[in-house]
Amino acid sequence: MAVSMNDSVTAGLPVRRKFDTGSLIGLVAIIVIGVAGYFLFPNNLALLTRIIAIMLLVLSIDLVTGYCGVATLGHAALFGAGAYGAGIAAVHFGITEPLTMTVVGAIAGALAGLISGIVILRAHGLPQLVLSIAVIHLFHEAANKASAWTGGSDGLAGIAPDALLGMFQFDLWGRTAYIYGLVLLIVVFLGLRVLVRSPFGMLARGAREDPIRISAMGASVKSVLLRMYVISGVVAGIGGALTAISTQVVGLDSLSFTLSAESLVMLVLGGTGSLYGAMIGTVVFMWFEDLVSAANPFHWLTMVGALLIAVVLFAPKGLYGSGAVILGRFKGGRK
Amino acid sequence: MSALFEVRGLNKNFGGLTVTNNVSLSMTTGDRVALIGPNGAGKTTFVNLVTGHLKPTSGDIRLAGQDITGANATSRVRMGLVRSFQVTRLFYDMTPEEHVALAVLQREKRSGRVMGHYAGMPEVMDEVREILELLGLVELSHLKVREIAYGQQRLLEIALAMALRPKVLLLDEPAAGVPQSETARIEHALDKLPSDLAVLMIEHDMDLVFRFAKRVIVLAAGTIIFDGSPKAVTQDARVREAYLGSYANASSAA
Repeated sequence: MAVSMNDSVTAGLPVRRKFDTGSLIGLVAIIVIGVAGYFLFPNNLALLTRIIAIMLLVLSIDLVTGYCGVATLGHAALFGAGAYGAGIAAVHFGITEPLTMTVVGAIAGALAGLISGIVILRAHGLPQLVLSIAVIHLFHEAANKASAWTGGSDGLAGIAPDALLGMFQFDLWGRTAYIYGLVLLIVVFLGLRVLVRSPFGMLARGAREDPIRISAMGASVKSVLLRMYVISGVVAGIGGALTAISTQVVGLDSLSFTLSAESLVMLVLGGTGSLYGAMIGTVVFMWFEDLVSAANPFHWLTMVGALLIAVVLFAPKGLYGSGAVILGRFKGGRK
Repeated sequence: MSALFEVRGLNKNFGGLTVTNNVSLSMTTGDRVALIGPNGAGKTTFVNLVTGHLKPTSGDIRLAGQDITGANATSRVRMGLVRSFQVTRLFYDMTPEEHVALAVLQREKRSGRVMGHYAGMPEVMDEVREILELLGLVELSHLKVREIAYGQQRLLEIALAMALRPKVLLLDEPAAGVPQSETARIEHALDKLPSDLAVLMIEHDMDLVFRFAKRVIVLAAGTIIFDGSPKAVTQDARVREAYLGSYANASSAA
């Protein structure tokens, strides 16, 4: 009986399912926290914008690592490509319209995703991880050498985006940049919610759990993973473009191994395989980093390390993942 | 009538070891064939050769008149040569409904879509429900696969094969690991396979083989030593030797 009732619900509301309750809760949470951040930390909007940009990078890693099971320590390549793409468009080609810059960043990220996907997906496991490290170093070195375009180790300066929609100047306090970042995050979040529930999202989950079964269904696992890499490149590229627009400078650190590794740590901290885990991990890591580095500039890295050890030991599925398990148990116990 | 599925002169050597030795067989629409043989006869190698996971040393494989010897495993599936697994291979965090939907979407070349949900595609949902109903899995359709019994997982394995609408189906020990009391359900499910489908079943459970198959092929030491009716197989001297002979040797060695 219960089953047939469920069925009639799903059959009766085929279109409404696109906006499932999960997406709605997430949307409301992002808006509430985002607006609260705007009013609570008016002097820290640059940091908050940076958190959103990195969040896009971590979401992008989650797509390939959490949903598809590809281990990577080179994902900043996609983020940096987006940042340099948007920056070079502005500095060398005079494309200073922020929306266009974002689109350029997304395309550059997708291209970087395609290239690094082709390289990284040739191997599995540990060799795959090593290839991803090689990729980020190559990207880094390429950007360093092409200093005529990228400014090399001095960074690419002089990015001057136009007013957003011709109305909102990117101000000194970073209000416009923050709100633009928040809007980008919401758009990406809703897009990814649709993606992970789509047939392709199911295929990707299947490819992580049992690639042999997926190929026995007649689907090519490699092409699934490569397509996901390109999509994740779009997301990371948008994050990179947001950095270029908001800070108006792009440095080699956006293409660094350190950033790749840190963002993977943020994902693990929050919990892989869920969009919420990626977002929570980023906020907690960066907020904690900011807090302890201000409180104790000498030993803050020790504190960050201690936090990570604590999470890995006591919440191995990450903050969100373990939280969801505990909540599930609580609900189950009350039945 | 030309063969739907044909294997000619198939050989596979691993170094100096011949695992598949000049194997030829053909099947037509609606065939129900069982492939049996003692352990180490080369059944698994044969399955891997046919599905494209191993490359034969020589010989060729044809499906519906087309040479597929050079085709890779996934394109063979798309051409209609589908297999099931001896040890269940399913996605433990997904529901039976999602499994079958994914298989239907893949067959319809719609699994690459990045928008929409299968529940919003009525023709997909209708077919998913039809298949789940046929195999008696409707009550479980919203449970995670890790929560359902192994026998039911075996049924889902058959459901996935059906959803791909193959021309030729290789069933690799469909009743493996299922308690004796539940083999009837598996058998029941096998009866529901489309009548025009050619089925090659690899199985150790002889009761199931005799009830299901209209034709039995016996593989021993990489060679086909018998191809004929289930009745004749029990009378065949070479088959008896292949089975009982190895038992006799084993007991004398012990």
